[in-house]
Amino acid sequence: MAKPKVAFYWCASCGGCEEAVVDLAEDILKVVEKVDIVFWPVAMDFKRRDVEGLGDGELAAVFINGAIRTSEQEEMAKLLRRKSRLVVAFGSCAYLGGIPGLANLSSKDAVFETVYKKVPTVVNPEGVVPRTETDVDGFKLKLPDFYDGVRTLAQVIEVDYFLPGCAPPPDLIMEAINKILTGELPEKGSVLAPEKSLCDTCPRRDSKPDKIKISDISRIAYKKIDTDKCFLAEGIICLGPATRSGCGERCINANMPCRGCFGPTREVLDQGGKFLSGLMSIVDTQDEEEIKRIADSVIDPVGLFYMYSLPYSLRMKFLK
Amino acid sequence: MKRIGVFVCHCGINIAGTVDIKRVVEAVKNFPGVVYVEDYKYMCSDPGQNLIREKIKSEKLDGVVIAACSPTLHEKTFRNTVSQAGINPYNCEIANIREQCSWVHTNMEEATEKAIRIVKSIVAKTLLDESLVPIKSPVVKRALVVGGGIAGIQAALNIANSGYEVVLVEKEPSIGGRMAQFSETFPTLDCAQCILTPKMVDVASNENIKLLTYSEVVDVSGSVGNFKVKIKKKAKSVDYEKCTGCGICVEKCPVKVPNEFDRGMSERKAIYTQFPQAVPNKPVIDRENCTYFQKGKCRLCERVCPFGAIDFEQEDEVIEEEVGAIVLATGYELYDVSNMGEYGGGELEDVIDGLTFERLLSSSGPTSGEVRRPSDGKVPKTVVFVKCVGSRDPEHHFPYCSKVCCMYTTKHAMLYKHRVPDGKAYIFYMDVRTAGKGYEEFYQRAQEEDGVIYLRGKVSKIYKSDGKLIVDGFDTLTGRKVQVEADMVVLAMAIRPSSGAEKLFNLLKVSTDANGFLTEAHPKLRPVESLTAGIFLVGCAQGPKDIPDSVSQANAAASMISVMFSQDYLIHEPIITGVNEDLCSGCGICVAVCPYDARKINREKGTVEVNEILCEACGACAAACPSGAAQQKNLTDRQIISMIKAILEE
Repeated sequence: MAKPKVAFYWCASCGGCEEAVVDLAEDILKVVEKVDIVFWPVAMDFKRRDVEGLGDGELAAVFINGAIRTSEQEEMAKLLRRKSRLVVAFGSCAYLGGIPGLANLSSKDAVFETVYKKVPTVVNPEGVVPRTETDVDGFKLKLPDFYDGVRTLAQVIEVDYFLPGCAPPPDLIMEAINKILTGELPEKGSVLAPEKSLCDTCPRRDSKPDKIKISDISRIAYKKIDTDKCFLAEGIICLGPATRSGCGERCINANMPCRGCFGPTREVLDQGGKFLSGLMSIVDTQDEEEIKRIADSVIDPVGLFYMYSLPYSLRMKFLK
Repeated sequence: MKRIGVFVCHCGINIAGTVDIKRVVEAVKNFPGVVYVEDYKYMCSDPGQNLIREKIKSEKLDGVVIAACSPTLHEKTFRNTVSQAGINPYNCEIANIREQCSWVHTNMEEATEKAIRIVKSIVAKTLLDESLVPIKSPVVKRALVVGGGIAGIQAALNIANSGYEVVLVEKEPSIGGRMAQFSETFPTLDCAQCILTPKMVDVASNENIKLLTYSEVVDVSGSVGNFKVKIKKKAKSVDYEKCTGCGICVEKCPVKVPNEFDRGMSERKAIYTQFPQAVPNKPVIDRENCTYFQKGKCRLCERVCPFGAIDFEQEDEVIEEEVGAIVLATGYELYDVSNMGEYGGGELEDVIDGLTFERLLSSSGPTSGEVRRPSDGKVPKTVVFVKCVGSRDPEHHFPYCSKVCCMYTTKHAMLYKHRVPDGKAYIFYMDVRTAGKGYEEFYQRAQEEDGVIYLRGKVSKIYKSDGKLIVDGFDTLTGRKVQVEADMVVLAMAIRPSSGAEKLFNLLKVSTDANGFLTEAHPKLRPVESLTAGIFLVGCAQGPKDIPDSVSQANAAASMISVMFSQDYLIHEPIITGVNEDLCSGCGICVAVCPYDARKINREKGTVEVNEILCEACGACAAACPSGAAQQKNLTDRQIISMIKAILEE
């Protein structure tokens, strides 16, 4: 019997998710024992026409990482959707928009202005910015369109499963692949990670006081805390309470508070907003001025609370 | 999907006058889940309710939306109606298209459109409603009364006489409170002690009352129906099992200290009973002033006690009591005269407060009821009484009226005139407030029969000159300055909540007003309940009031408690904020946010637990919970979102 065919594709991402697949190490051999990888631009030389040549639904699964920023990414996502029986949004960018999604705070023009003109290392005296069509010696050269905003994969095509993480940890990847191979999949639309938030598995959970109250907000670079103390209880913003677990507490073990890459839990529509609501609820003062001082001490609140989930947020959903 | 029936009420023309009912009915028919719609002139009437019940059965409805008035009006009515037809009442919701729509709009077109959207959102909510069952909790049929003044005594006796046990806690060695210090009472001039002491004795002899004097509440946990109270019994240093109250120890004790009960105008011993009719009528040792406790020598009381009742080894003891309800009767004290520098308060010995004057008038007081001034024991020939001292003075002291001063000052002046017929009594007043049965007549009598002189105006200054107290005031009726040379001045000081009460109130988490008096649950309709279920307020702890008002409140609280205790279970609304254990990671944010202490982290399970009885469903935790594990029952985030969507949908 022929092995099931799978594909990997990348959209607006950093390449870390590709690394995560390589990070499976010897386990990758177990994967290729059972499946044929028919498309993986970062590792193997296949062309778009190879995908186009597949029959509809011929692929058992496609793993797409990265958010959707350009027309090419949208086209490829739609093409792969047609060819594949299952689509897995692989990693935080595909699932939530990820770090590239923070660009939604700026317009396309502002992004071009910065990237192609203002950045000190750029020399661009003619002020050229990317265009979808350029005439060169009578020939028309085409580039994909750079959209005005960043979207999650599910905002562009139907997605069957979501594998969170920046990048997803090897154990969750293997678990997802095994589930697909055995067909023991949860309800469509599920996130392939534990339901509870990170505090559940946090190595520092026992240090948590009975009642968390904070009267100051600091940053890990400015405050020395014991490496077994709950960040939040020490006044250092940690998105753990608002973030799905399953990451292996990689950041916490490196003495970094959680930044929320696994996204919200099942019942939460807006990770940043929900965390903000919780954070301000435990501010230990009734004094308006003091509340304002504490709130103002959060530097770059959107970048902090929505570091991975801005395109997925309620605000962005309602704007669409 | 649920089968929802929508019933649209005209409310006469209240709704139908502004909202096009036919259009609402037509629009609603197409909503998802709606299988039946009908309108009626008065849905809350008997025929209206019958209609709902019939249709629930014939259309096999399992959810009902009533588009009518505010849920505060008829939610209960309609939930009853649907449960009679076999639907769980929490699957019945009210779409308020009257107060929030027809009453506040005039444009029929827009009001109708709004009504449709309101109904639509409530249908969306009802689709996701869960069936809920009221939470039952057992009731400990015992009450705690804090404070053994007249209010506390009355409440304790009434609850006890209804057949329920009462723990009565009093911080002083004897019950009786302020009333025990009074001479006669207005407007009948009954002797205060004569009407109070029989009640005190009743308390002591009532088998249902556990009397803990010289004791204080130090900790409270739990909630209505099931409070756990820790009470510190201060060491009395006397074994009450052995003591007969013969009083030899008191007689022989060599230490003399100022007697607080007589406002410092007499002396008591280091081992003492507060007053002759004290209940219990057995002494305690005031360790602060006892030679043995301070210097290690003496033990004279021990030697003279014929019963071996003196026990120097006794220690403070903390006991725990379980009760279902708590009555706070912590009473009042007077604003100290030393706050009135311009009146010589605290400096001039013969400028005293009203309670001190009560002791001078009392036949059991330091002068056996003869009016003699504190400085030299002479009978004062001119006495000035000043009312509203510290009260009704928002700029410098307190804004409120102390309520009882008008009457007791009248009584003071009258009794003074009875004792010293050739003396002169002046009363400086802002107003004379005599609202009470027989009060106005009493005031008239003081002027007409006893010749008490009333001067309408404030006193600016009181000072001493040539052995006289000079009272500078202003008579606003004649528009002239007045100066009175007095031998004694009595200030009607503002009534304040007892010191120490604030600590107790914080412990119990009961709210107080800006002046420190307890806040009632509703100023008119729930005057003796606090906002915390199961805690009742009586007497001056809730605000200045006279004896009959205190007694009425005590009776009211006692009857409410008896009603509560007559049930085997307390019924608690099931609309609470629970914990979804599949989602809760025990982050604990909700614990810190809960104002009712209803949530705590269960470290073993790693999740948060809710005490459903304590939860008042305020929703603070639901808003704060970062993982969506805390959701208000039948008002979940999913429901709210689907309601918003339903409203916004085109």
